[in-house]
Amino acid sequence: MDKGLQSEGNVNVQQMIEDKKRSKSLGEIIEKIIPWFLLLCAIVSVLTTAGILFTLLRESIGFFANVSIIDFYTGTDWSPWTGHYGVAPLIGGTLLITLIATLTAVPLGLMSAIFLSEYANDKARRVIKPILEVLAGIPTVVYGYFALTFITPMFQTFIPDLGIFNALSGGFVVGIMIIPMVASLSEDAMNSVPNALREGAYGLGATKFEVVFKVVLPAAFSGIVASIVLAISRAIGETMIVTIAAGATPNLTFNPTDSIQTMTAFIVQAATGDTTFGSTIYYSLYAVGMTLFVFTLVMNLIAQYISRRFREEY
Amino acid sequence: MLGQNEQGIKKRMEGRVLLNKILMVLFFLATTVGLVFLVLLFYRVLTQGIGYLNWNFITSFPAPYPEKAGLWAGVMGSIFLMLIVAVFAVIVGVSTAIYLEEYAKQNKFTDFIRVNIQNLAGVPSIVFGLLGLTFFVYMFNFGYTLIAGGLTMALLILPVIVVSAQEAIRSVPSEIKEASYGMGASKWQTIARVILPASIPGILTGTIIALSRAIGETAPLIIVGAATAIFTLPDSLLAKYTVMPIQIYNWTGRPQEEWQYVAGAGIIVLLAILLLMNSIAVIIRNKYQRRL
Amino acid sequence: MNETIEQQKKTANVKIESKSTDKKQKNTEGRHVFEVEDLNLWYGSDQALYEVSMNVPEQQVTAIIGPSGCGKSTFLKTLNRMVEMVPIVKTSGDIKYRNQNIFGNNFQQEYLRTKVGMVFQKPNPFPKSVYDNVAYGPRIHGIKDKKTLDQIVEKSLKGAAIWDELKDRLDENAYGLSGGQQQRVCIARALAVEPDVILMDEPTSALDPISTAKVEELVQELKKKYSIIIVTHNMQQAARISDKTAFFLNGELVEFAETDDLFQNPRDKRTEDYITGRFG
Repeated sequence: MDKGLQSEGNVNVQQMIEDKKRSKSLGEIIEKIIPWFLLLCAIVSVLTTAGILFTLLRESIGFFANVSIIDFYTGTDWSPWTGHYGVAPLIGGTLLITLIATLTAVPLGLMSAIFLSEYANDKARRVIKPILEVLAGIPTVVYGYFALTFITPMFQTFIPDLGIFNALSGGFVVGIMIIPMVASLSEDAMNSVPNALREGAYGLGATKFEVVFKVVLPAAFSGIVASIVLAISRAIGETMIVTIAAGATPNLTFNPTDSIQTMTAFIVQAATGDTTFGSTIYYSLYAVGMTLFVFTLVMNLIAQYISRRFREEY
Repeated sequence: MLGQNEQGIKKRMEGRVLLNKILMVLFFLATTVGLVFLVLLFYRVLTQGIGYLNWNFITSFPAPYPEKAGLWAGVMGSIFLMLIVAVFAVIVGVSTAIYLEEYAKQNKFTDFIRVNIQNLAGVPSIVFGLLGLTFFVYMFNFGYTLIAGGLTMALLILPVIVVSAQEAIRSVPSEIKEASYGMGASKWQTIARVILPASIPGILTGTIIALSRAIGETAPLIIVGAATAIFTLPDSLLAKYTVMPIQIYNWTGRPQEEWQYVAGAGIIVLLAILLLMNSIAVIIRNKYQRRL
Repeated sequence: MNETIEQQKKTANVKIESKSTDKKQKNTEGRHVFEVEDLNLWYGSDQALYEVSMNVPEQQVTAIIGPSGCGKSTFLKTLNRMVEMVPIVKTSGDIKYRNQNIFGNNFQQEYLRTKVGMVFQKPNPFPKSVYDNVAYGPRIHGIKDKKTLDQIVEKSLKGAAIWDELKDRLDENAYGLSGGQQQRVCIARALAVEPDVILMDEPTSALDPISTAKVEELVQELKKKYSIIIVTHNMQQAARISDKTAFFLNGELVEFAETDDLFQNPRDKRTEDYITGRFG
């Protein structure tokens, strides 16, 4: 390197800069074009949303030209291949799965969050947290496989008349999948509770669990609720686990041992079957998709609303 | 009177301390449920799939008999698909992040883009499948091809890439930006020569994590018509294709028990690839975190 | 020489007494790099500078002192318009750089910053090699020729008195250097485009005493070729290295005079209080 450098010559840098400036028009053009290119890219995400709304609305309207919207939302028989389009069984299936998943994930996730935030030492937290996060990174098709080939047979030893396809194991595994969401978002909420509040309670002789239940949980309440709502939204939209493990029987039931079908599972079923482009069944995909979209959108908006309010507290 | 009271407090104190211990054990056990589940899952997949996992399995095309079936079409399909997703999602995602962090003015439109990206991240993946079906498969007339699947998946992971790239760009110290502007550098020169090079590790980590999510995704690709059985490798953007999760899904759904073992073998390969990708991401992160 | 100094002192002092009421007479000799007139600056609705007027002499070291928050850094950053990186900043008044209005419509920020280099409070090298750090300025202005860049890098590092220490380490990442070395690399980086003026914003506040001494020595060396404006909260430093000193308080330029004069017989009570340590 040393020898590569020339000995000090008479270089007039400012003069060179002046010279280069005259040929700099290309640079100036780039400088002007780049922001527009970047803006264009930023608009892709807006177009994606617009595209989703457009396609769901347009094809749903096409669907409702053939099937009355009232029959769709009030009918209780979903058998599209015989011309019955009452969506209630699919919504019921989705809600059943979501309920089971929530009952699994909320207690486990919350207790994990409390353990990690209040009881675990730094070392334990650094080991346990990433492992828990792995749960969120497992492909859902793998969960589906596990639910079908392991969880269901395991449950069958306790519940002998449990079918191969049932809402229970599907919902349970969805619940396991969303534990990290509940746990890590709730833990964040608990961590942001100021230590002064805890110290105040400890100073009065409170034990740890009293501090957790009387100070930390109430203070972190809205953050915890937001995490639960987000996790529910995730459960509503989950597809592969329920398609593989919960069955393909539209069934308006709240018996978790039954085989059911969720909105998402129907969309997969119809897309893999011989659905002709432009047929009523094809359009029904979108009507169901739009219903699903509205469910998750409402959940996401609620979560955002809660966490916005939550942020203002501290 | 006072003594009695004190005794009462002491007695209750023992109860409270005991309850605290019991609850701590309970919370710990609850935390382990997820971990135990994970161990069981890995154990189950390994024991089921290991018997069918061999070099032939990885390099064979699908076959009607479990012993001869292979994952090759899925492995290569997933790789090709990820290349398309990476190119498209990184260009658009990083550009969006640069726009939002460095160019966008504080106004309603910028807020709208931000909120929109946040909401997009919460849309179920299968809805992206419907989007791809309408636009890429039918409207653009790509059919059930690699490019249709790739673009659909790129849109799906776009929010993840944007958010991680934004974080990476934001973490570039403002001192070195000032240094660049102070030298008379223009905005784009500062971005291209200082901000982007400094944020590449973060962007790379975020991209790999987003891609590892995409490589395991199944539902949207079913909707945009990834084939279940295919006997050639895709040779163009408009070729038919399949991916690993689709093959696994297809095998899982078959009634004969042997196919479950085949699916298990496929899952081992998929998880190994995911593990590899995440390790790379962690290595990059650790290597550069020390630097800055 | 003596005459002009007298004259400057007079203009500066006249203005302090009668604020902005009378317009300063034009300095026709062109010995000023900056002529600042009635500069006001606001961050949103908070005013940070009030009616600042001063002429910065060529090829001298001008120190700016004052307690924290007095606006001295803000003033410095106004001179190369870095202050505008905060979007809510508004200014009024005039700053002329070599008789060109820097707020003028057809006056380019990039050009100004090429002429007016800056060294920051905390050493802020890029996470690149020493060579790439110093070559940064010439490169962004279009100089690509390797031999020319080699010459510039060597000259600049020599100019920053760090060539001997680093000539075998040009490929090393600048982050691996000590704080003092980093700051001198940053000075070399500023020198690489051969600016006219160098602004220094408390350049030694993050350095140890030995590095500080080296940088101070360097400043003395640099003033032979460059005009230097240095912000410092260290009065001894200002006394040691500067030719003229400006004292800022609460956004106002209280006094601007020959350094020796200002420290030995300050005209304003507030200056006297400050340099005798009664506040700040």
